[in-house]
Amino acid sequence: MPVLARAVEQSGIATVLVTMMPELGERFLLPRIVGVEFPFGHPFGMAHDRKMQRAAAETALTLYARQDLPTRTDVPIQWPVEWKTAYRSWQPKEPAPIIRYLKDQVLLKHKQGQG
Amino acid sequence: MTDFRIDSYKFLPRSMWEEFKAFPEQPGEMVVARPSVPLSQAKVALLTSGGIYLKDQQPPFDIERERREPLWGDPTYRVIPRGVEASQIGVAHLHLNSDDILADFNVALPLDVFAELEREGKIGSLAYNNYSFMGYQGPSSAAWRDRYGRELATRLRAEAVNLLVLAPT
Repeated sequence: MPVLARAVEQSGIATVLVTMMPELGERFLLPRIVGVEFPFGHPFGMAHDRKMQRAAAETALTLYARQDLPTRTDVPIQWPVEWKTAYRSWQPKEPAPIIRYLKDQVLLKHKQGQG
Repeated sequence: MTDFRIDSYKFLPRSMWEEFKAFPEQPGEMVVARPSVPLSQAKVALLTSGGIYLKDQQPPFDIERERREPLWGDPTYRVIPRGVEASQIGVAHLHLNSDDILADFNVALPLDVFAELEREGKIGSLAYNNYSFMGYQGPSSAAWRDRYGRELATRLRAEAVNLLVLAPT
C-alpha cells in the first residue's frame, strides 16, 4: 500500500495512512501516519463501535494540515478483548495459500535432507 | 498523544517478526503533497486493502487464481460508492477473517463515519468514489506501482479529491 500512497502524493493529493504497522509506513517514508494497536482487518476499530471508529478517523484528519512532515500519531486505545482471543480471531478460517505453500517447501526440504 | 507509541508487531504472527523487523528503510526521498484547501473544505476519499467488492455488481478479487498460484495476488481494485449498505458488500481476501468487515464495513472502510464528519462540517465532503484493493500482492507490488497507483491518482484528481485516507488491513 505504500506504493499507492506515494503515487497519490506524487500527483499532488495528500495522504494519511492508518495502519496497525506504523513502523513499516515510516520505513517507506510516508509523510502522515496514524498507528492503531488493533488486530489486522480492523484499522478503524471494532464493528459497531462508532466511538472507536471516529477516534481513528479524527486522528487521521489532525494530520492533514501538518507542516512538520513526516509525522506519526498513534491512537491511545487498547483493544478491549484479551490478546490471545483477538490474535486468533483476526486470522482466516483456513491458512492462506502462501502459508500452505511455505509449509510445503519446508517439508520438501526436510524430506530432501533425509533422502 | 504524539509521544505514545503502539507495538507494530502485537498482532503479527511471531513467525513473521524477523522478516518485518528486518525490513530496510526504502531508498529515496519522502514524496509530499501540501494541501491547498483547509480541512473544512477538503474532499476526502477512502481506500482499504480489505478485499471489499459490491457483490451484485462487481466480480470478487481473483482468489481462485491465488489458490492456484500462492505467490500471486490480485492487483486490481473496485470502486465503492458512498452510501452503500452492508448487505451490498462482499469480501474476497484469503489472509483475514472477514466476519467483522461483513458485519460493519466501517472497521476497514469507514464510509458512514466520514459521512457523519461531513454532516458535522469537520471535512468539506466525502468523495462519491472510494477504493478497495486486496492487500496480498505476493513478493512484488510492481502492478500497484507501475499501473494501479497512477490510475488511482488520475481518478482522484478527476474527482478533485484533496485527501486520501488509506488503511491497510
